[in-house]
Amino acid sequence: MWSFIHKLGSPPWFFRFSGNVVKWLLPVTIAVLFVGAFWGLLVAPPDYRQGNSYRIIYIHVPAAVVSLAGYYVMALAGAISLIWRIKMADIAMKAAAPVGAVLTGIALVTGAIWGKPTWGTWWVWDARITSMLILFFLYLGVVALFEAYENKAAAAKACAVLSLVGTVNIPIIYKSVDWWYSLHQPASIKFTGESAIDASMLYPLLLMITAFYGLFALVVMMNMRADLVWHHRQSSWVRQWAGFE
Amino acid sequence: MHPLRKQRLYGVSLIVLLSSAAIGLVAFALRDNINLFYPPSEVAAGNAPADRNIRLGGMVVEGSIERSETSLATQFLVTDYEASVSVRYTGILPDLFAEGQGVVAEGRLNASRELIATQILAKHDENYMPPEVAAALEGKSSAPADSLLP
Repeated sequence: MWSFIHKLGSPPWFFRFSGNVVKWLLPVTIAVLFVGAFWGLLVAPPDYRQGNSYRIIYIHVPAAVVSLAGYYVMALAGAISLIWRIKMADIAMKAAAPVGAVLTGIALVTGAIWGKPTWGTWWVWDARITSMLILFFLYLGVVALFEAYENKAAAAKACAVLSLVGTVNIPIIYKSVDWWYSLHQPASIKFTGESAIDASMLYPLLLMITAFYGLFALVVMMNMRADLVWHHRQSSWVRQWAGFE
Repeated sequence: MHPLRKQRLYGVSLIVLLSSAAIGLVAFALRDNINLFYPPSEVAAGNAPADRNIRLGGMVVEGSIERSETSLATQFLVTDYEASVSVRYTGILPDLFAEGQGVVAEGRLNASRELIATQILAKHDENYMPPEVAAALEGKSSAPADSLLP
């Protein structure tokens, strides 16, 4: 276990390992994505009140769930980078930020598109939506902060602190609909007890959430690989991989 | 663990704890402002300001919707099952607005503590189910539920 974690910090080892992971994760994720989308958009029944417009949850909910989980990935990488000063953690943090920003953006935009016909408004400053907007800015802040420094070690330090400070937002987003009166409805998927969403609609949603986790892992890993190749473009393992030696 | 790393671990924990405490206190201080709406019992108890726009949220009381025959004016009661407040609104209502369903009305209280709404939002609940299941739960035929579908 420990030796595996130690090996993850070694660029050539991680590059080989992630190459193998991408090789099987990519087809699996695409397959799950297609099955989930087909099931959710065409097979699952319409909702008793919203009709077909509810089907946007098959994009909205997975994007939102993974944008929250992805933030913890980024903050954890930041903590590792601060404590152990492992370069690989910096690269992971830098790779996760734009992916998380895109997912948060998707959740915000699809929510607005759904909100207009359902609630009667694109936007309302309720606790859930506002805290989600803050998450979007936190992700963008990490991206911008990293680019703002010439010295990448200092950039990683600043980004790690920013992402750690931002972690407080995640439980706020998650519990906002229970702590305050908000327009956004409470969670339909419950970890304990029966979910408020019918099983025929829940299964494709769970598939889509799985697919989005896979997509997040894939895109972050590919980002990291691209970064590694660039950083180590002079070293022999990259030149060998690229066929120059 | 190496003492230097242990020290950094404490530093990282301190960052997370202190920022959480700070944001937690801010959220606690602003808790009334973070709430999107007042429940009817708060409005009935006089806790909502009458001199500015507020939002009222609750359930539309069954059988309370009165529509004008000549205009888009509507009047209905909003309840949280403790108190109800009357709402008057002129305009187009959202598709999901219905009796027994959640609603958020924005507007100003008048002298008789009715809300003169300028905007009505439908509040959707967390329940998702096919029309047949909803009909079975209601114990009715699925025909009325189907007619809601676009």
